[in-house]
Amino acid sequence: MERIPILKMGRFLLVTIQVDMHDRLALQLQDDLTERIVKDGARGVLIDISSLEIVDSFIGRVLGNIAAMSRVLDAETVVTGMQPAVAITLVELGLSLPGVRTALNVERGMELLQASLEREELATLEHDADPQG
Amino acid sequence: MQIRKDESRPLRSEEDVVYARQAVRSWAVEMAFSLVDQTKLVTAASELARNTIVYGGGGVLRLEQVEDGARRGLRLFFEDQGPGIADVERAMQDGYTSGGGLGLGLGGARRLVNEFHIESAPGQGTRITVVKWK
Repeated sequence: MERIPILKMGRFLLVTIQVDMHDRLALQLQDDLTERIVKDGARGVLIDISSLEIVDSFIGRVLGNIAAMSRVLDAETVVTGMQPAVAITLVELGLSLPGVRTALNVERGMELLQASLEREELATLEHDADPQG
Repeated sequence: MQIRKDESRPLRSEEDVVYARQAVRSWAVEMAFSLVDQTKLVTAASELARNTIVYGGGGVLRLEQVEDGARRGLRLFFEDQGPGIADVERAMQDGYTSGGGLGLGLGGARRLVNEFHIESAPGQGTRITVVKWK
């Protein structure tokens, strides 16, 4: 069966969507990612959509679901590389991808995930050093 | 209004939504629509093709290159023989859905094109016509 590959990079999972996805393929990606977050103990998910020529309400919903599910599983999701024409269309369609973090490109997306992981680890350290505080 | 070129395609499976998007894209490119307009057209077509399949039980997409005086446009018909829509006005509102979707399909698609026309009644199927002018 056709599948979108998921790469592991340290504590993050990386997906680049390079095909025009039919709906079932998008749902499959949603399931696969959720499983991999748990299996790999991933702390972040980066989805690059720079090759996607459109994001319609279905794909928008899947991206929102992935972000929500990964949040529940203690991982952060960032969607990167949205083309300007796609962004314009998405907003006119009535979708603003609530709850989905975005970054301009993969590099910035990785920085965002890294920074948020470090912030969290620092908070844990501080809490361990001073459990009363 | 004159029709310069036309083509019909079946809408039966999820894969047909992908083919419909590709067909609309290639027609929009051929007519030299701007990238933003191409994207809007393809996105609207994707929403409507999915509706035809999911709610209409499948149907047909017809593409037409039309000319009205000096202006040229791309006209798309989505037609099914499905159960039809009882309350068209309500179905056009954002957030209204009879399935598991976001309910942005019809209203959202309307915002992405210049002309939007829907004919539907219970038991009569649904026919949606959209036009994007250059």
